[in-house]
Amino acid sequence: MRNLFQVSAAFEDIMPAEYKSLIENGPFGGDKGVTDLGTFKELLEEHPLCAGCGLALSLRLILASLPNPEHTIIVGSTGCSALAFPQAAVHNIHSLFGNQNAVASGLKRALSLRFPDVVKDVVVIAGDGATADIGLDMVMHSWFRQERITTIMLDNEAYANTGGQESGMSQEGAVLNMAPKGKNFSKISVPELAWASGCAYVAAVTPANPRKLQSAVRRGILAARETGSSYIQVYSPCPTNYKFKPNQTIEKVKSREKDGTYQVREYISDEAQLLFDRLEEVKNG
Amino acid sequence: MITQKIVDPEKIYDPSEKESLFITGSEAVKEALRRANVDMAIAYPITPQSESMHLAGDLFAEGYIKEYFRGENEFAVMSSVAGAAMAGVRVFTATGGPGTLRAFELFPTWAGARLPIVCSFMTRGINSPLTIQPDTIEMACLLDSGIIMLHAETAQDLYDMILRAFMIAEKTDVHIPVGVFCDGFFVTHTRDTVEVAPAEMKLPPYDAYSSPVPAMDMENAPFRHMRDPFVMKSNFISYATHASWQQEVMAACERSRKYIQQYLGSLIETEHPDSEILIISSGTAISQGREAMKSARAMGLDVGLVKIKSIRPFPEEEIRLLARNAKHIIVPEFNRTGWMAREIKSVIEDTTKVIAGPRVFGGMTMPPESILDEIRRCSK
Repeated sequence: MRNLFQVSAAFEDIMPAEYKSLIENGPFGGDKGVTDLGTFKELLEEHPLCAGCGLALSLRLILASLPNPEHTIIVGSTGCSALAFPQAAVHNIHSLFGNQNAVASGLKRALSLRFPDVVKDVVVIAGDGATADIGLDMVMHSWFRQERITTIMLDNEAYANTGGQESGMSQEGAVLNMAPKGKNFSKISVPELAWASGCAYVAAVTPANPRKLQSAVRRGILAARETGSSYIQVYSPCPTNYKFKPNQTIEKVKSREKDGTYQVREYISDEAQLLFDRLEEVKNG
Repeated sequence: MITQKIVDPEKIYDPSEKESLFITGSEAVKEALRRANVDMAIAYPITPQSESMHLAGDLFAEGYIKEYFRGENEFAVMSSVAGAAMAGVRVFTATGGPGTLRAFELFPTWAGARLPIVCSFMTRGINSPLTIQPDTIEMACLLDSGIIMLHAETAQDLYDMILRAFMIAEKTDVHIPVGVFCDGFFVTHTRDTVEVAPAEMKLPPYDAYSSPVPAMDMENAPFRHMRDPFVMKSNFISYATHASWQQEVMAACERSRKYIQQYLGSLIETEHPDSEILIISSGTAISQGREAMKSARAMGLDVGLVKIKSIRPFPEEEIRLLARNAKHIIVPEFNRTGWMAREIKSVIEDTTKVIAGPRVFGGMTMPPESILDEIRRCSK
């Protein structure tokens, strides 16, 4: 593990227990993943989100999937997820609502100038309102420019933090605040937009399959390091605003997958596929 | 690209050997950036700013600037600039008029995030109706955004202020953005003699760890800021946290006074400051004021001039003292609202001395005679 994370001997007796536990039993410098959850100290310490929050579950899984948390900087946006990030032990930025991909573009290029020999993963994690509505132009332009960043959308199909308004990612017909007669256009196909915009790797996944989610996050970040932009969409249903019981979040995900209204899918460019094959070969020796 | 050597900022600011160039304001921006050791510049076109960022692009192509691109709109550019500054590099951009307003949400965010960004504002009118003409109205919008605001009168000022703005912005006890304003077209598109330091000199690089807030680079321990996000809480601690942070941004701007004095001499410049009538303003309005003062003095009238270089922090004490001795204060401005007259009235003891005009806007020029008319009225 990098010295950066070690506790100075002079401070050992006064460091909080949870800090020490991150050093002794955290994800830094190790090879932790979603199958190890429950056995190590997670990057996210508790969180203030609602019981049964699909977004909180997805966020835990995403943070556990980061291939190199020691050199990962996260750019967030306004929304429910912004309430969890102050409790994440990884550098994270909240600038404004919707500007996350523009901030990440400047950040990644500047980090590449300062650390030409170190890979610094820049990962955007933002909600569907931030990604598909208010920030869509900046999201897509970061893809057009082939910025070396990974964009992850926590898709709860609403503006949840402001009280459950319709977003571009809500399903057609959904009755939500600001859509009192039901949404009258279909859910935006952001994965297809990402693919058409030149992303090297695109996936739509759910927290009902943590291994698949982890694979998508790792592939997305590896593709961003070596080939170009990547996009991962994670369906993260909201029990508070969609009014289902907090213990039914995973059932909700599974039923949507089953009826075909949320399709898990993956698009991989030839270049990214070659990269994944090469890395697979190296791993298998 | 010629080989450059890092030198003490004082040597660049007051070189023993100066070169004299006959260049536009936009070209003066280029010459300042050439010597400023800038890591990154991000561009977006808008008249009358575009040429300055074309020239920044030329510096990138030549190797003086390490990274450069065109963003998708001003809001995005100001966001990308923020990301770059958070990553710990020296970054520059420029905009003006509608671009300033399009990006507006970012400026208080820059200050709040303690980012030492230098941005040049080539001011122009605000729609509607559509206009591209010179006007300083956008400066009124930025007065309370938390950024330091310097106002250049000439291309020389623009060169001097940009080159010094980086050093002022990057001081640990300041570390907030500096906006260097100039009047679009009048300064950007006209040629003037500008004295510059030898091109072999450049400023020392920015040190990311001089920042009072951590760089977002995972090179300092990333441990959690807090157990509960303040934004969710309605309690004294969360209010006090936000309030004290805001006060600290204001205090940082106050602390910049000594560096503005160090690098720019003072926040104001005066000519005949003990006169009965004082013309006080900034930018090219003060150039017209100077012409009017010369004519008036030739007629035997007792007229002096105060050029305000720093709008934020505002030279409160300086203006208060100067106003005490004057009988009349004339404030010529290139905007319809007279924001500079309001600023002056807010710090002096007898506000009835202030004549808030002439005010010219919509792209018209300000004949010195219009200021002279005000002088004559005062002198009766």
